[in-house]
Amino acid sequence: MNIIIIGDGKVGYSLAENLSRENHNVTIIDKDSEALRKAEENLDVMCIKGNGVSTKILMEAGVDRSDLIIAATTSDEMNMVCCLTAKMLGVEHTIARIRDPEYASELSLLKKELGLDMVINPEQAAGSEITRLIKFPPATNVEIFAKGRVEMVEINVTNSMAIADMYLKDISHRFPSSVLIGAVHRGDEVIIPNGEFMIKENDSIYIIGQPSRVYDFCTRIGIYIQKISSVMVMGGGRVAYYLTKYLEDMNIKVKIIEIDRARCMELTELLPHALVICGDGSDEELLISENFSDMGAFVAITGRDEDNLISALIAKHHSVGKIIAKVNKLNHSDIIKSLGIDSVISPQLITVNYILRYVRGLQNAMGNPINALYRIVGGHAEAIELTAGNSAKYLNIPIKKLNIKKGILLAAIVRKNSIIIPHGNDVIKAGDNVILITKDEIVTDLENIINWENNR
Amino acid sequence: MNHKMILKSLGSVLCIEAVCMVPSLLVSIIYCQGDTSSFLLTIAILLLLGLGLRSVKTETTTIYARDGFAIVALGWLLVSLFGALPFLISGAVPSVIDALFESASAFSTTGASIIREIEGIPKGIVFWRSSAHWMGGMGVLVMMIAILPSVKASTLHIMKAESPGPAPGKFVPKIKETAKILYIIYIVMTAVQVIFLLAGGMPLYDSLIHAFGTASTGGFSSRNASVGAYGSVYIETVITVFMLLFGINFSLYYALLKGNMKSLFRDEELRFFLGTVLVASLLIVINTYGSVFQSIGESIRYTSFQVSSVITTTGYATADFTLWPTFSQGLLVILMFMGASAGSTAGGLKCIRILLLFKIVKREVIKIIHPRSVQTVKINGRIVDEEILYGVLTFFFAYIAVFTISIAFVLLDNKDLLSSSTAVVACLSNIGPGLGIVGPAGNFADFSLISKAVLTLCMIIGRLEIYPILLLFAPTFWKRVNI
Repeated sequence: MNIIIIGDGKVGYSLAENLSRENHNVTIIDKDSEALRKAEENLDVMCIKGNGVSTKILMEAGVDRSDLIIAATTSDEMNMVCCLTAKMLGVEHTIARIRDPEYASELSLLKKELGLDMVINPEQAAGSEITRLIKFPPATNVEIFAKGRVEMVEINVTNSMAIADMYLKDISHRFPSSVLIGAVHRGDEVIIPNGEFMIKENDSIYIIGQPSRVYDFCTRIGIYIQKISSVMVMGGGRVAYYLTKYLEDMNIKVKIIEIDRARCMELTELLPHALVICGDGSDEELLISENFSDMGAFVAITGRDEDNLISALIAKHHSVGKIIAKVNKLNHSDIIKSLGIDSVISPQLITVNYILRYVRGLQNAMGNPINALYRIVGGHAEAIELTAGNSAKYLNIPIKKLNIKKGILLAAIVRKNSIIIPHGNDVIKAGDNVILITKDEIVTDLENIINWENNR
Repeated sequence: MNHKMILKSLGSVLCIEAVCMVPSLLVSIIYCQGDTSSFLLTIAILLLLGLGLRSVKTETTTIYARDGFAIVALGWLLVSLFGALPFLISGAVPSVIDALFESASAFSTTGASIIREIEGIPKGIVFWRSSAHWMGGMGVLVMMIAILPSVKASTLHIMKAESPGPAPGKFVPKIKETAKILYIIYIVMTAVQVIFLLAGGMPLYDSLIHAFGTASTGGFSSRNASVGAYGSVYIETVITVFMLLFGINFSLYYALLKGNMKSLFRDEELRFFLGTVLVASLLIVINTYGSVFQSIGESIRYTSFQVSSVITTTGYATADFTLWPTFSQGLLVILMFMGASAGSTAGGLKCIRILLLFKIVKREVIKIIHPRSVQTVKINGRIVDEEILYGVLTFFFAYIAVFTISIAFVLLDNKDLLSSSTAVVACLSNIGPGLGIVGPAGNFADFSLISKAVLTLCMIIGRLEIYPILLLFAPTFWKRVNI
């Protein structure tokens, strides 16, 4: 596909990197030649210097031959105008990043009037992701499939858990449950495990299944699940706003620490139920005086990665139950993990995931639509939910007879209201939602998970 | 530096050279002049070495700018080195340095020769010279990028190091696609020229040789008297037109294919290039009419051919311009420095740089008149980055510096100043013939070993636009830890 990305910021760059790797023709437009130089040197994309609103620049980028335009500049208004202009010039699909809460309420109207095909609000998406983590504290990561009927939960294995040093096949004997361990992250490696695989301490495991079953499984293997009733949020930005809204819906009390007095005033108006404290969140004294060690969770979401990490480490030192930090620079994810911070959230990564899912969906609009796509373990593996088409070749064949490619795991099949953790004799039926975990392989269609040549 | 990746890429380059030698092998088999074995042997050596290097295991395939430069510089030296083998083994060129000179001249699309009697050389060897021209014209490494699978974004560094011009860019987002488009345009235009030449009654073998020489703006011919040997106005016109066509930036052809006629006519570099051709031709026609040529028609015929041949750095000749008036000769020497457009197959400083230099001078003048004025240099209505302007200025100096230093070496032979200096510029700008003893009727055989070595290096330096080869001489370039 021919894709134009306007705005070579963190999201734009990351999108260009991923989309060009998936063999799309990517053109980036930005006003800053310094930012473009990095993209030009490191990525196989075309860079055009100029204003993405200008018709001339858009034409130069070949907007009339493009399938998709993604506007991800810092300004919401600019993104909207870019998409509007591009649509007039004949582009098929448009995606705009719109992050201002003021616009968020009129989104459906805007979408319709501007002809936007997708609107992405990274802060809102990050807020809902943090909410999911707070709902299920032991997880470092929670992703949902099939409209919440299936969850994938990432858990760090510690010595106190019963499953440490056990083979997978023994685990399924001792704790019979309809969940599946779909992927294991050990050191720098991503493993799609089989029965002979032994779980060790410090592994990150991805458990897939119905939310209640996953919960059940976790309590049985010795994870203590405590319900969080109060959260301290450091940083009163847009993520904090959305997060507090979600948390208040769940009757969780929120305390927000924000350094800027004017913003504090705004927050008290926007979030009447939250307690707003004006102060520096990286100041240990302040945190202690606000007795943060008694809080159920500590969420560090200021605009500065450094502050977030330091505060998260302070919180860890004071043994706060659940710690979540926001990090914007994605490339350090392994180092951050080694610091021992439970969960790291990146609005950029979330945005990229959303858009990648949309692009993959466009690619096989004829085949089976992609319902969900999550890149896990720092982008080394993917979890995808696809719907099986009506006339596919693989339907109604027992899975053991399908020659599924190496590095792909059939994790779950969602059929109407039942969730099947597939075994050899199960079959995929038309209309099923199939959840896959893949590594080293880009799946856009259920057809290409199977080695057809070797099948005969 | 990623040494393993450099070795691996060099292996691919050698393999490509082996494949490109196959047509010459076939020609040598057809004509049976005893040069077949030299090709077989060279291909075997190239494949052995190339495949060996290709099997090097690499930890990471990422390369940075300096790895790209190293691959290009070493690649070109190696290709020229192994390209000399058929000349040596077949005995067509007995001396090592002569064979190297001939091979570098072929790959760098110079067309300077040390062979006095080309018509006595086996046809396979002559064909190899011209196929090397054709490979070198668009670039051996661009061919590698176009052919090889798994091209990464970082190969842009290779393409930038090999392609001529101040700021080589991509036509389409994918670098591999860009390289493919370049070669498709190149192949199609060469094929069209072959058809035109065949239509003029030129034999197929000669048509191929001359089409290769024109397409790459190289200038090797299969005849002693170059294109003049055919004495046909039609053939000269076809070659004149195609020389000029191959001197135009290929990105304009791509724009044309996309239906963008406007950008072709509005391109400042193209206007400047064609304007220079027109003005220079006119001046030389006036200057030579009456003194050398008796009819105006004759004057236009020989002058237009020679001006196109020199400005595109091809170097074909239909007349011995060393016999022309001094003014005409001087004008041709100026054109030798200038060269054709960036992004074409031509050598020299390139029109765009000259144009930018003029604009920089104009800006300086305005700055003296209005010291507080803010001035930007624009090409096609777009502001040119200060960094690129700075690069153009440094390049101009580097070019003159290499030119001067090389002359010092060549003068040691005690040949006249005109012959020595034009020999250097003819090699540095990849033209071929110069003035004096290296004129269209003469050749480079009389120079000493040192001069030939210096000129050989000049040709590759000129083709790669100086920096890649210059980097090889920088000691810190090779160190793992360089501060």
